[in-house]
Amino acid sequence: MTFVIEAAGLTKHFNARRGLFGGSRGVVCAVDDISFTIESGRTLGVVGESGCGKTTTAKLVLGLEDPTGGSIRFEGRDLQALDPTERRHYRKSVQAVFQDPFASLSPRMRISDIIAEPLVTNESLSASDVRKRVLNLLDLVGLPEKSADLFPHEFSGGQRQRIAIARALSLSPKLVVLDEPVSALDVSIRAQILNLLRDLQEQLGLSYLFIAHDLAAVAHMSHTIVVMYLGKIVEMGDAQTLARAPKHPYTAALFSAALPSHPDERREEIILAGEVPSPLNPPSGCRFHPRCPHAMPVCGQQQPALAQVEDRFVACHLYDQPTTAGIQLADRRSNRASVVSPS
Amino acid sequence: MIGSVSNSTLSSVSSDPRRGVAATPARPLLELDNLSTHYISAQGTRVVRAVDDVSLRINAGETLGIVGESGSGKSTLALSILRVLPPAAQIVSGQVWFEGEDLVRMSDAQMRHVRGKRIAMILQDPMASLNPLFTIGNQVGEPIRVHEGASRAEAWRRARALLKSVHIPSPETRVTQFPHEMSGGMRQRIVGAIGISCEPRLLIADEPTTSLDLTIQAQYLNLLRELQREHGLALIFITHNLGIVAKMCDQLVVMYAGRVVESGPVSRIFNAPAHPYTQALLNSIPRMGDSRQRLTAIEGQPPDLSALPRGCAFAARCPAAFDRCHKEAPPEFNLDGGRTARCWLSSVAMQSGAA
Repeated sequence: MTFVIEAAGLTKHFNARRGLFGGSRGVVCAVDDISFTIESGRTLGVVGESGCGKTTTAKLVLGLEDPTGGSIRFEGRDLQALDPTERRHYRKSVQAVFQDPFASLSPRMRISDIIAEPLVTNESLSASDVRKRVLNLLDLVGLPEKSADLFPHEFSGGQRQRIAIARALSLSPKLVVLDEPVSALDVSIRAQILNLLRDLQEQLGLSYLFIAHDLAAVAHMSHTIVVMYLGKIVEMGDAQTLARAPKHPYTAALFSAALPSHPDERREEIILAGEVPSPLNPPSGCRFHPRCPHAMPVCGQQQPALAQVEDRFVACHLYDQPTTAGIQLADRRSNRASVVSPS
Repeated sequence: MIGSVSNSTLSSVSSDPRRGVAATPARPLLELDNLSTHYISAQGTRVVRAVDDVSLRINAGETLGIVGESGSGKSTLALSILRVLPPAAQIVSGQVWFEGEDLVRMSDAQMRHVRGKRIAMILQDPMASLNPLFTIGNQVGEPIRVHEGASRAEAWRRARALLKSVHIPSPETRVTQFPHEMSGGMRQRIVGAIGISCEPRLLIADEPTTSLDLTIQAQYLNLLRELQREHGLALIFITHNLGIVAKMCDQLVVMYAGRVVESGPVSRIFNAPAHPYTQALLNSIPRMGDSRQRLTAIEGQPPDLSALPRGCAFAARCPAAFDRCHKEAPPEFNLDGGRTARCWLSSVAMQSGAA
């Protein structure tokens, strides 16, 4: 298997400015020492609540932000070390589809110009070749040929998202970053777009970095899921097994908070107290420990490392001694009352 | 309990063949009778039938979900109940019975005593529902001062108690703060506190958790349930999210293009949806652990409300549509178990069931 993206120790800090005279007072660790890979032709889903760093991760992968530390390797080559020509090639190979198709398409441009813009700026094609390619792309995303000469306002949300996808595909990218691609769409349209994205992946061998807050959609679309909390990866593993049996207490709470798909579905409800702390001043030790129902003394002192636990990676002290703690968490899942002791 | 009501409540009850209905059901708390709200352009040339011939009921203490896509008329329906419609919109026909009074015929002065006092509403965006220039205590206490004539000090005291009841930590300091000093989840809980400040009988929540994170959403839904239990509130959830309905609601109304296409008890509809639109909607949602199966998408787009087709509004997208669907709009059929469906297939099913 080949990797499109390999991120190692990726870190992005932003300087927080406060006050009128803008003295830098503190650092926001938006993304803190995370490592992941995206395989060619596969989908990596990223889930987490606001402020967890998923959008910053997407920006780093897109090359819109430079990392403070760590590296991203694209097809084996470090992004920081690319010369301008290679960088250009990289930008062509990685494209994005954003959440709001009403904001991401210029209302003054015809659809053909919107889709052709990346081609015109990046490749020297004749006008007739460009036109041919645009019509091909429209066909690929399931829009009629006549759409080419219309303006964005003449389309519904779902159709606009198809146009945004066509534009992202115009340079035949290897990786497409999908940042909440269906959350602005109507429920009955979402399935159309998710199906389209799946079909395109199969046809073109695309890799996706899929970011969404709808956990069922992420589980549906992804091969691997990364769960983030305050800039850290807390759990990473195969999408289906992770969704079915989360190991990290945060993942468990997050997936239990996901809404049921059927009224008869009975699930353990884990209601977390409090809210996500400010990334300006993250808690010591494990960043989740103030809200964690299983916090132990060690959690406040020592940051847990992302370590392999059975079939996946988890960053949690509960799994330091996997023989006892893991079993106890499993027990707790069947019987809510029991509490994990720091034995 | 919801159902289509064409005559008066009493006669429909006496002739009601439905099972599971108590012999003498109490009068519903809120009952909409063939309500239609249209947006009419200034020249009167364009009419958008945002809410068309909608009938529904909700009993005290019950939770009703109203589900639909954008443009299905669910928000206009909520605004019609409270009569806070934009100028272009008009209630053109129908009645809104609330505790025995028709809200449509009430004077504006009377209506002001209903809004915020007997029926309260929570909107989607808490930042837009709170005034950035006033303190939290001022805003939570305002309905108490307006509706109950309480003194400033009394309102302030009650505001503190209300913040406590919606689990805001250290309410003493929070009442003196401004909305920008709160997080999104806290703001939404404050809006909830304003909603219940005058102990209303009915709380209408329009997409109350759309702007919240998942774990905060779970907290908030729990809070609403708790408030409902404590105050015996009836809740109406207006949402596009069937998950919220599955988690929170007893009764469900599905809207499409301004009309109720299906209504009934939530678990019955989820187990055996009668209308093809409801079926398609339920099949199009990705489910946890469905191992990357293809979703069943609903092809096409919702229709333009100002140019609705002659027949059923869903016919163009419906996999089961036949000739009659394109020619004639189906009426609301009463099915068993307190359900209704606006679909010709249901009439066929009823006839074959009766035969």
